[in-house]
Amino acid sequence: MKKIEAIIRPENLDGIRIALQEKGIIGMTVSEVQGRGRQKGVCLQWRAGEYCIEFLEKLKLDMIVDDKDVEPAIAAITQVAKTGRNGDGKIFIYPVEDVVRVSTGERGKEAI
Amino acid sequence: MDIIKSIRNIIRFKHFFLAAILLAVLTDAAYAAETSKIDTGDTAWMLISSALVMLMIPAVGLFYGGMVRKKNALSTIMFSFIILALISVQWVLFGYTLAFGHDVGGVIGNLDWLGLNGVGQAPNADYAATIPALAFMAFQGMFAIITVALITGAFVERIKFSAFMVFALLWATLVYDPIAHWVWGTGGWLRGMGALDFAGGTVVHVSSGISALAIAFVIGARKGFGKQPMEPHNIPMSVLGAILLWFGWFGFNAGSAVASGGLAASAFVVTNTAAGAAALTWTLLSWYHKRPSVLGTATGAVVGLVAITPASGFVTPLAAIAIGAIAAVLSYYAMLFRMKRNVDESLDVWACHGIGGTWGAIATGIFATTLVNPAGANGLLYGNPAQLVIQIAAVGVTWIYAFVVTFILAKVIDATIGLRVGDDEEAVGLDISQHAEKAYA
Repeated sequence: MKKIEAIIRPENLDGIRIALQEKGIIGMTVSEVQGRGRQKGVCLQWRAGEYCIEFLEKLKLDMIVDDKDVEPAIAAITQVAKTGRNGDGKIFIYPVEDVVRVSTGERGKEAI
Repeated sequence: MDIIKSIRNIIRFKHFFLAAILLAVLTDAAYAAETSKIDTGDTAWMLISSALVMLMIPAVGLFYGGMVRKKNALSTIMFSFIILALISVQWVLFGYTLAFGHDVGGVIGNLDWLGLNGVGQAPNADYAATIPALAFMAFQGMFAIITVALITGAFVERIKFSAFMVFALLWATLVYDPIAHWVWGTGGWLRGMGALDFAGGTVVHVSSGISALAIAFVIGARKGFGKQPMEPHNIPMSVLGAILLWFGWFGFNAGSAVASGGLAASAFVVTNTAAGAAALTWTLLSWYHKRPSVLGTATGAVVGLVAITPASGFVTPLAAIAIGAIAAVLSYYAMLFRMKRNVDESLDVWACHGIGGTWGAIATGIFATTLVNPAGANGLLYGNPAQLVIQIAAVGVTWIYAFVVTFILAKVIDATIGLRVGDDEEAVGLDISQHAEKAYA
């Protein structure tokens, strides 16, 4: 089992959800985050002149998938999120020790 | 020959003088007959105008509240709200009599009307012959309140609430009340000099704008100013504030006719026109530099309203377009200048009200015409450059008095109570540290 953590542009959330669903991946947790990468910040207007924000708003998706679903999930996310410009986001993959479904007590793959 | 000529002149003038005296006596008699007569239309308009100006006071709180970080939203709104409460009481107790009471040496009103003693339902012909003296008092009270509220943009996000309350009370008493007396009080020395200020360009806007700069110098910049972004947390709130200000300003300016006639209509039209011209100009300026800014457009509207204020009873709608448009340009670059100098006069009270008001007062000396208001005067463009000089002098006096007294007042409060909150209180925000509340749960 793996945990996939994807940082995405907020406007791509629904596209990615649909693409993942088509690959049979349903569950995920979405968080609003602020972050910084090669895209750096953005300058906005004050009443006169401007000020710069050094952190941009992104969404973070967390999902736990079976090992065989890792590559399809990456493909689904990339297919929607990729524009080729700075700021498209990143995907991190971690090993997962165990999963517990609270309602039934199921463990491991069954609980995903 | 010359002697005979001058004697003839004197005789001719004698007739003129006699005629003038006769006319004065006749009009005085007519005036006296009118004094006891309340006009219901005038009274209705003045009560509504007073309520319109009242709405502007919390509107200042919303306008400023949207521009601060969210940890200081309540604190910033509270400044205007508590001033509405505090100066409402101050005005009734002693503010009104200091500003409009019987003149003492041209500089201040005496204490005859302490606690509104003698200010009743009958009109006071010195100020407004057709409405109850109480209605005039209430209208002027709203002006005193909003002027104090305007200054609060200077020290948001770092002032100690107790020190702020003391400052507000003393500023209204020591700065606003005297200046209001000089310009509007019967016997006031700037009024005697012939300075024109229809609705408060010097009294309200120059005095608050310059005082804002003075107290900003004393209190110092916010922690992190110039290093970290001070993001406006809710621009729609600021826009709502600007909308309510624009709406209320009809009472502020058209109400300053103190009657519901043609002059009020004229003031209403030039007020709206100047606001439009200034907002439009600001939109174009921000578009030229980056994008058409919403907060900028709202700010432009307010600046146009500020600039037309002293001129609103003396100028034509076309002059209002020029006054508004030029005000926006001056104020826009004043703001950039202030930022470049790294002065944390946080919400640009100086650039908007100080500069906008100064321009408005000077513009009155340029564009005023007796065609609009026979009781006014002609300005530079109508062949009377002297009026321009008087306007500049009145503005200069207000700049100096407001700056000096506010600076000393702020220094004294800083040395005794302390103006600023502690560093940790500032970091956590004034909402929690001063009010134990959170704007957004």
